[in-house]
Amino acid sequence: MISYRTNHAIKDDRDEQRRFEQRAWLGFGVIVLCILALLGRYVWLQIVAFDQFSTRSENNRVAVRPVVPNRGIIYDRRGRVIAENVPAYRLEIIPEKVSTKQQGLEALLDELSTLIDLTEDDRKAFEKSRRNYRVFDSVPLKFNLSEREVARFAVNRHRFQGVDVVPYLSRYYPYGELLTHVVGYTGRLDADDIASVDEGNYRGTRTIGKIGVEKSRETELHGISGFERVETNVRGRVLRVLEKQDAIPGTDLVLSIDVAVQQAAWDALGDRPGSVVAIDPTDGSVIALVSKPAYDPNAFVNGISQKAYDEILNAPGRPLFNRAINGSYEPGSTLKPFVGLAGLELGVVTPQTRVFSNGKFYIEGYDRPYRDWKKTGHGWVDIRSALEQSVNTYFYQLSMNLGIDRMHDYLAQFDFGATTGIDIPGEARGLLPSREWKRAVLDQPWYPGETVIAGIGQGFNVVTPLQMANAVAALVNGGTVYEPRLLYAAKPAGVEKAKRTLAPVERQIPVVDPQDWQTILDGMDRVVNGAHGTARGVSVDAHFRIGGKTGTAQVYQLAENRKPKPDEVAAHLRDHAWFIAFAPVEAPRIAVAVVVEHGGGGSKAAAPVARVVLDAWLDQQPGPAP
Amino acid sequence: MKRWLPAWVGAPRLDPVLLVLLLLIMGFGLFVLYSASGQDMGVVERQAIRLGFGLVVMLGISQVPPRILRIWTPWLYALGIAMLLTTMALGVGRSTQRWLDFGIFRFQPSELMKLAVPMMVAWYLHPKVLPPDWKSTAMTIVILLIPTLLIYRQPDLGTALLVAASGVFTLYLAGLRWKVLFSFAGLAAAAAPVLWLVMKEYQRDRVRTFLNPEADPLGDGWNIIQSKIAVGSGGLMGKGWLHGTQSHLEFIPERHTDFILAVLSEEFGLIGVTLLMLTYMLVIARGLYIASTARDTGSRLLAGALSLTLFVYVLVNGGMVSGVLPVVGVPLPLISYGGTSAVTLLAGFGIMMSIYGHRKFIS
Repeated sequence: MISYRTNHAIKDDRDEQRRFEQRAWLGFGVIVLCILALLGRYVWLQIVAFDQFSTRSENNRVAVRPVVPNRGIIYDRRGRVIAENVPAYRLEIIPEKVSTKQQGLEALLDELSTLIDLTEDDRKAFEKSRRNYRVFDSVPLKFNLSEREVARFAVNRHRFQGVDVVPYLSRYYPYGELLTHVVGYTGRLDADDIASVDEGNYRGTRTIGKIGVEKSRETELHGISGFERVETNVRGRVLRVLEKQDAIPGTDLVLSIDVAVQQAAWDALGDRPGSVVAIDPTDGSVIALVSKPAYDPNAFVNGISQKAYDEILNAPGRPLFNRAINGSYEPGSTLKPFVGLAGLELGVVTPQTRVFSNGKFYIEGYDRPYRDWKKTGHGWVDIRSALEQSVNTYFYQLSMNLGIDRMHDYLAQFDFGATTGIDIPGEARGLLPSREWKRAVLDQPWYPGETVIAGIGQGFNVVTPLQMANAVAALVNGGTVYEPRLLYAAKPAGVEKAKRTLAPVERQIPVVDPQDWQTILDGMDRVVNGAHGTARGVSVDAHFRIGGKTGTAQVYQLAENRKPKPDEVAAHLRDHAWFIAFAPVEAPRIAVAVVVEHGGGGSKAAAPVARVVLDAWLDQQPGPAP
Repeated sequence: MKRWLPAWVGAPRLDPVLLVLLLLIMGFGLFVLYSASGQDMGVVERQAIRLGFGLVVMLGISQVPPRILRIWTPWLYALGIAMLLTTMALGVGRSTQRWLDFGIFRFQPSELMKLAVPMMVAWYLHPKVLPPDWKSTAMTIVILLIPTLLIYRQPDLGTALLVAASGVFTLYLAGLRWKVLFSFAGLAAAAAPVLWLVMKEYQRDRVRTFLNPEADPLGDGWNIIQSKIAVGSGGLMGKGWLHGTQSHLEFIPERHTDFILAVLSEEFGLIGVTLLMLTYMLVIARGLYIASTARDTGSRLLAGALSLTLFVYVLVNGGMVSGVLPVVGVPLPLISYGGTSAVTLLAGFGIMMSIYGHRKFIS
């Protein structure tokens, strides 16, 4: 054997060549094996697992994105825009895309808050809404970014994977608090909302109608989402739209509200809490629906902070409370025309029936007196003058003769004690007492004294301003009870002209003798125009003839049923003032109910408000039909 | 041989077989690059110019007899080491010090070492009696270890690996005894844990990611997963040239450099990959054939080592793109975008051409 280690070994090129070739071809053999193994790997990837990778590749590239429809615009009866969409920017986060290196969302939010004003509320709202989205969905963090914030984020965008500024249309209510209780507002979509809508249609939607027309007409206003299948690159940037189905924009709505009348009513109430509802008795459309105080709906659109919300919640006069549809007031004397009509139509009295008022009324066998507001009484009165002067004794006597059962059944036809069916949510029923109701709810028998005071709208009676206005409308239009409607017309996308929506007729009250109805209207005419009318001053310089009725809702009852003098009690215990009105008397085109809280007497506090509303509606030049 | 060819073909001393194979690879590479760069003709033109420059270098070197090349070898090696040290002192480049900036062009000295190390080892072993004795072996190891460590410290694991491999292959072809070879292999295996300790954190990350890419699918595992998706979704026939969605939608990072094979696999499928691998194997086989016809020991060893090193490129790059080897920066020879690597490779083929041109005619 040759030793390699000897220094003087002779270099043998032939031997080296042979050894080299052995090694080279051995090496090449190993290389072939390795390359074959490598190709084996490619066979596995490209043939065996092809389906799996092919699918993943397709998923990488194609994303389906919802196309959010533009929400319908809302106009008033004269074509004024009362809810519109304005361009804005919001910040959105896709939780799945947020890099884990950023120690999760908390740290990310901390970092973002150096660029964007993020309040604790924003964070909470984000956490809350996050649960409603899938991890790969975009979750809104903050709406309505300022231009500064958008610019600042744009510069730092590369630092925030999975975070993006998204342009959108934000809802805007140009009239602010004036129409909040009618139109309502849209707010951040939350879990409860999602449960109530077709989730697929709301995949890209971030806000939804919360109250008012925005809520009740949500389906029409929202429209139908479209989608687009897009090819995206690794950063989710859209490169190409592969397929697109356009969204169908929401329906534009025209409300029967006349902003001019609404504004007049609002202003006339001044700083007193109260409510005004005006209805066109010819078609049941709502001309004005005011509840004061109110609040700015725009604050809610992009998410309101807890602090700001608390401020509104605890503000004096409870601005969140919609008095017009939910405020429950004793009707007082405003109920008298309806009780009077019941007496006439049911044949208990005739227009000529007279009653003597001496200031006190007794039920046979009881010695408790029921008083007139005029201590000395009004003398002999018939139904017309009883309404004119608001004579309690006449109605005490009438109620006794009518009885609670017949009174209840007749008044129920005007929707007292029942919702009117107006097309916004949250309406209260009020209360029209009956023997059955008392037995069922209070488990007590009905007493005759309760019948007596029910006849002048006191006792258990409770109505909302809307109920009262709607009942007046039915009273003056000959007994047609409408389901009042705020929606006046609708213009679905792609339709040239808005289509009128008619208020459905809920019922036609049977008319025994049209003369009975006219008699009541005569009485109400005398309230304003008679020599002794309780609202004599209200028609001064009016271009039309007004009928009406004053009323007082007792807040605080003195002993012996005696009315307190206004200066005797603190303001917040003062009676609520009622006034119901219609005009023109000959062919009524508007019926109004006004409540001024703690306003005292109806003629002084409420009647002037009603007059302003009547003027605003009847004196204006006919505007362009929408 | 090749007597039937006109006499002038022999004049530039080019091996037509090797040349055709290289041109095939480069031509294919430019097509893939056009697609991988997002149909950026500028990128393709720049790469074509580099390849053209590389071909000129190859032609030039092929005219230099191996004897002369051997005279230059120690100087080239020394220059390489000097430049590596300079790079370390004032290099430019992203976070790693790999580049030397000469104003008009930038140069990666470690690339030079891919040639200089096998040349130096061959130079050293050329006059020695082979198989090398322990002293020659030790000296050879020193020759290859110095640049390897310098490059590793840059840090550039891929190039260090290639440089070390080229030296080891030279030793292997010189007939280093199996016993010694296997002891080295054992030593290397034993050194792996030590290597882990001296690795940079980003290199450890790459190994961790390689072992379990799905653990961080949006972070470090991203490359591997997306690359595998690209390869797998290519299927047998591929999605077609310019139709690779993974690459065009930028899901593959480094898609025109280290990961260009993913684009190729996606667009040309298993057939494309197989044909490419076949071409590389033909190049290696041709290289080994040229080595076996070399006139002297040094040339033989050098040509053999250069051929075998090409295999390391292919295996490591192919393995990393398909997710069976960790991601180290090894380009796909003559196809990945990048100047220095292509020029170095072509210069290496120039050396082989030179050896071919001065082969012995009888064996």
